[in-house]
Amino acid sequence: MRVMAQLAMVMNLDKCIGCHTCSVTCKQAWTNRSGVEYAWFNNVETRPGQGYPRTYQDQQRWQGGWVRSARGRLRPRAGGRLKRLLSIFANPKLPTLRDYYEPWTYDYEHLLSSPPAQQTPVAQPISQMTGRPTAITWSANWDDSLAGGNEVASGDPILARVSASVRLEYENAFMFFLPRICEHCLNPSCAASCPSGAIYKRVEDGIVLIDQNRCRGWRMCVTGCPYKKIYFNHRTGKAEKCTFCFPRVEIGQPTVCAETCVGRLRYIGLMLYDADAVAQAAATEHDTDLYAAQRSVFLDPHDPSVIAAARRAGIAEDWIDAAQRSPAWDLIVRYEVALPLHPEYRTMPMVWYIPPLSPVVEALRDTGHDGEKLGNLFGAVEALRIPVRYLAELFTAGDPAPVEAVLRRLAAMRAYQRRINLGDPPDESIAEAVGMSGEQMQAMYRLLAIAKYEQRYVIPAAHTQTAHTLEGRATGCSLDSEGGPGMGGRINLLTWNGNDRPEGLFPPRKEPV
Amino acid sequence: MNIILWAVLPYASILTFALGIAWRYRYDRYGWTTRSSQLYESATLRWGSPMFHFGLLLVLGGHATGLLIPKVWTEAVGISNHTYHLMAVFLGTVSGICTVAGLAVLLCRRWLVRPVLKATTTNDHMMYAVLAATLALGLLATVRANTIGDGYDYRETVSPWLRSIFLLRPDIDLMATVPTNLQAHVLTAFALLAVWPFTRLVHAFSAPVGYLTRPYVVYRNRDGLGPARR
Repeated sequence: MRVMAQLAMVMNLDKCIGCHTCSVTCKQAWTNRSGVEYAWFNNVETRPGQGYPRTYQDQQRWQGGWVRSARGRLRPRAGGRLKRLLSIFANPKLPTLRDYYEPWTYDYEHLLSSPPAQQTPVAQPISQMTGRPTAITWSANWDDSLAGGNEVASGDPILARVSASVRLEYENAFMFFLPRICEHCLNPSCAASCPSGAIYKRVEDGIVLIDQNRCRGWRMCVTGCPYKKIYFNHRTGKAEKCTFCFPRVEIGQPTVCAETCVGRLRYIGLMLYDADAVAQAAATEHDTDLYAAQRSVFLDPHDPSVIAAARRAGIAEDWIDAAQRSPAWDLIVRYEVALPLHPEYRTMPMVWYIPPLSPVVEALRDTGHDGEKLGNLFGAVEALRIPVRYLAELFTAGDPAPVEAVLRRLAAMRAYQRRINLGDPPDESIAEAVGMSGEQMQAMYRLLAIAKYEQRYVIPAAHTQTAHTLEGRATGCSLDSEGGPGMGGRINLLTWNGNDRPEGLFPPRKEPV
Repeated sequence: MNIILWAVLPYASILTFALGIAWRYRYDRYGWTTRSSQLYESATLRWGSPMFHFGLLLVLGGHATGLLIPKVWTEAVGISNHTYHLMAVFLGTVSGICTVAGLAVLLCRRWLVRPVLKATTTNDHMMYAVLAATLALGLLATVRANTIGDGYDYRETVSPWLRSIFLLRPDIDLMATVPTNLQAHVLTAFALLAVWPFTRLVHAFSAPVGYLTRPYVVYRNRDGLGPARR
């Protein structure tokens, strides 16, 4: 057993209202630069919908993640080492800007310079790729809230997997939002695809980063990541990705997306896991067993033998303590309400989701039933095949049983708490019906509904002698930091104007004696 | 004049190349990239780029054989001059045409696809001019001397001269009788070598052969200094 710590995030999808505040603040902090106009380290997509980039979940087409060979070994779906090297001169499975969207700006100058005219002047959209007028046809959330209807949403690769009869009804049935960041996987296929070895997983906290000085722009990681959460900066020629806001979490602050989340639906905490067990778990034979397999690599931070092993592995006391208080551990293991996104990609993702019960409640209400009554809810979870089947394709490789179990727990929590809210005595049988105690039910309710900042984000600070420089990074301009994906202020040969002496490009000048 | 062309210039360009690469690696690893334009346009690139690069690898292999291995060595292992010549003409012409055609496809793409053109710097344009000139002159020399003409044995002149450069005893007289076409090719090649470190061509030195033996997932410490634990 080799204990490693991993920063994990859990998102409660019932609370997401699709306001995109996380996306916008993330963009302002990290990708507000030329070259990554189209990059959204955090995006919020409407399900059903095509996602971003379009149809990224169709791995037959994009070849992301791992596949298990007949001999039970894993290799990247797009091909092993030799095949990657042979296709290095033109990556055959790279999405182009058409699959994302063509970034644009507006001709604002025209608003000011337009001569007096009959009509109000209009700022035309200008493509940032060609510098010419363009027609906007797609963007990061073009199909927001089912915009475009059947025509667009029918391109959803997940919807294509549920049967045709239910597909026709989906529009009346349900819709929800899915915020996505990099999964910071335990078994990252992006890192496995990188010929240069520039993508690495940090030993201390499991954050997956790209070394900007080692990246040579081969673009294999973009293909390797099944979530398409690596973006190629077309100005610098380097790949960039979500950093889990490492300059912030290193001093104990939550990521920008979590900090600014209006619905307070994100939780950040540590998970201890057995690094030696990852490879075997990821190579589990059946896709539907991968959810259980991933849970089996997590280690109970309260178990004395795990604590001892963690100490031996050099994990500090305050980190072990944080792992014991981790909301991620509670939601994933203790209450069993969080599920991984697409475990069938075999990357062991570490951003988990509590599936939304709201579509079920809404469907009940629309049919004139009491959407909060336990019997109705339980019946509806089973009767409403559409949301369950769809959610199962997202979170459990198509196995409806774990999704149903989670939805029943959430339904039970609603019914249990409603009685208390109405002044009735708590009904323990409700909790027992889903295998929980009333006490657990209340604790879960507190965590999901009213948990404070310190309970939602349990992030131990990094142990480093350079804490003050970290502080500067988190509060200063994040783009200037060495090793950050931005380094927008840094000059290289391609961006040098040829006159001044940018720092880092030349040897330091000797002081005149 | 001959001294400048066949002794001073080669050494100057080799020196510029070596120092330039060292400087670039030390101070501009952030700028060390292929700076791919595949994101803008993929369909043409998928034809042109492999054609150019694989062709170029063959061409380089041919140059290494022809220039660095002395004629007496190949004759010693029983390859007659005629056999060698046939092989060189065939492989050289095929790979040369492949490379030049690939470059033509890539250059057309670069000029005609607007986002790609917009991402092309002056530096790139300059580099492409030198690169295209070198390749075109090289192919011309091969085709003209060996297929149309009655063949020119550069292994008697250019090859020993180049080896003499590396042995630090430049024998400039060897180059005096070389056809102008081939002389021009040699000169542009040295020009290419000199600008190499300052262009995107540096990505040639990133051939990721280490990938073949490395474990799939790389682990690193936060300070970035520690090696992988796994």
